[in-house]
Amino acid sequence: MTGAAGPARRSGVSRWWWRHQRTLTPLLLLAPACLMFATFVIWPIEQSLWLALYDWDGVGLKTWVGLGNFAELFADPVFFTALGNNLCWLLVYLAAPLLGLLLALFLNQNVRGIRTARALFLMPFVISQVVVGLIFAWFLNADFGLLNPLLAKLGLGPFAPLENERLAIFAVIAAGLWPQTAYCMVLYLTGLTGIRAELIDSARLEGAREGMVLWHVVLPQLRPVTFIAAMVCVVSALRSFDLVMIMTAGGPYNSTNVLAYYMYEQTFLSLRYGYAAAIAAVLFALMGSCVAFFLGRMLSRESA
Amino acid sequence: MFPAPIARAPRMTRIAYRAALFAALAIWLLPLFGVALTSVRSIDDLNRGNLWGWPSEFRLVENYAAVFADSRMAQFILNSVLITVPAVLGAVTLACMAGFALAKYRFRGNLALFVVFIAGNLVPFQVLMIPVRNLTIATGLYDTRWALILFHAAFQTGFCTLFMRNFIKQLPDDMLDAARNEGLSEFQIFRHVVLPLVRPAIAAIAALTFTFVWNDYFWSLVLVQSDDVRPLTAGLQSLRGMWLASWQLISAGSIVAAIPPVLIFFFMQQHFIAGLTAGAQTD
Repeated sequence: MTGAAGPARRSGVSRWWWRHQRTLTPLLLLAPACLMFATFVIWPIEQSLWLALYDWDGVGLKTWVGLGNFAELFADPVFFTALGNNLCWLLVYLAAPLLGLLLALFLNQNVRGIRTARALFLMPFVISQVVVGLIFAWFLNADFGLLNPLLAKLGLGPFAPLENERLAIFAVIAAGLWPQTAYCMVLYLTGLTGIRAELIDSARLEGAREGMVLWHVVLPQLRPVTFIAAMVCVVSALRSFDLVMIMTAGGPYNSTNVLAYYMYEQTFLSLRYGYAAAIAAVLFALMGSCVAFFLGRMLSRESA
Repeated sequence: MFPAPIARAPRMTRIAYRAALFAALAIWLLPLFGVALTSVRSIDDLNRGNLWGWPSEFRLVENYAAVFADSRMAQFILNSVLITVPAVLGAVTLACMAGFALAKYRFRGNLALFVVFIAGNLVPFQVLMIPVRNLTIATGLYDTRWALILFHAAFQTGFCTLFMRNFIKQLPDDMLDAARNEGLSEFQIFRHVVLPLVRPAIAAIAALTFTFVWNDYFWSLVLVQSDDVRPLTAGLQSLRGMWLASWQLISAGSIVAAIPPVLIFFFMQQHFIAGLTAGAQTD
């Protein structure tokens, strides 16, 4: 390109370019992003689904086993524990929008220092999940954790959820709920600044109580926010890995295993790449059905 | 405004609100406060079980100096910077280009491509682990910073493109047509008309992507293994094995790891939140 000299003085390639640049420029601008995204995201998904049909140790030859990996998966108790934990994670995470909404309603005031307060409430989301996991693992540690001395002062007994097979998963999810709630809070705070004040004022003038205003005027307007918050929670529930790795490494006795972590274990500890890919395929299908559900809800609401 | 502004409430209510605000904040940040306090304690305090009381002595300098002296923390920080900065630059550049093309040109498959970027962004990224790892091994990038830079740049492009596309779509078409009539080429329009106008959007995705990439743990575990290239998150976890019960060092290390994203967040708060809540605007 030789600048805006005008097409008249150009010749050959340059004239051809000038004539077609309006169609070619967008394609050239798109090409690098598409290439990168295809190489590192789209193609690997396809490869991963394909690999689920093979038996492979990561170095030798791949052996075709068809749906064999899936047959084995559906007889594997650890797989079902992991799947159950992912679903449990998903359900508990749906509390994050509710808690986030309550926090946002609490913080939606114009007092001095409120901006700083909001920023501090968002802090758990800003720091790494590794740090969150380290903090909670230590907080809940039975022997030198921070929680038990605090409970002892209140006269409450020792509490070691991470060593308890039934409670451990909830302790891990609770750690995740901390940043997740912060995220939902900031979504709702943004949503609350945009709702229409005149509707609230007229409802109040008609004598509606605050609870009624919230339910009938505010929440309907916040619906798109709730939608996004729920979707974000589902996506991060299915991605859960860091906290499990840091806090429990799947233990005790696999009771806190989740699909992503089980897949990681099967790849690097058992060297069963094909089996791991089958777990990945289940994870992918789970995400697919959630996205389909959300898109369906979104489309049906738009057409309704 | 909902709920009703507290500023118009009686004085006692206002005071009660302030008190409640402080109490809620104190409980919310209690774990962080505990870690910060521990990071300046001596090991004697920890052994004696003095976890919440006043530290018997303040060892701020000693503990943080020990973190850097006993471990390769400085190297991990450098690695995190050398990975995060190029990855953010890459993702933002790709996303500006692609976002402009998707926002302002009609061509077949435009919407389909946009949907692919959104959907790819929602995938539980662990699904990509085995093929991406094998790809980096096959190309000799495994255990180099490039493996992480390229992957993060590519993966974050999904979200960044979505954001840039929606932002650029709001720019009036008339303005671009006026530039065309002045004889500007499409690329010049992108470079000299569009880019200067989308600076706030660039700041938003840059701040957000920085945090995401800096805080990544999974890929740091999967795509690199030596201390020479390992970023801070994976490095911190590996130090836990070395420091065992020296929680004052682990705490100090955690604080060090948390500082860069927290600084970015506080200095670019508005942009950060704008990026985070894109789509949550109700008006």
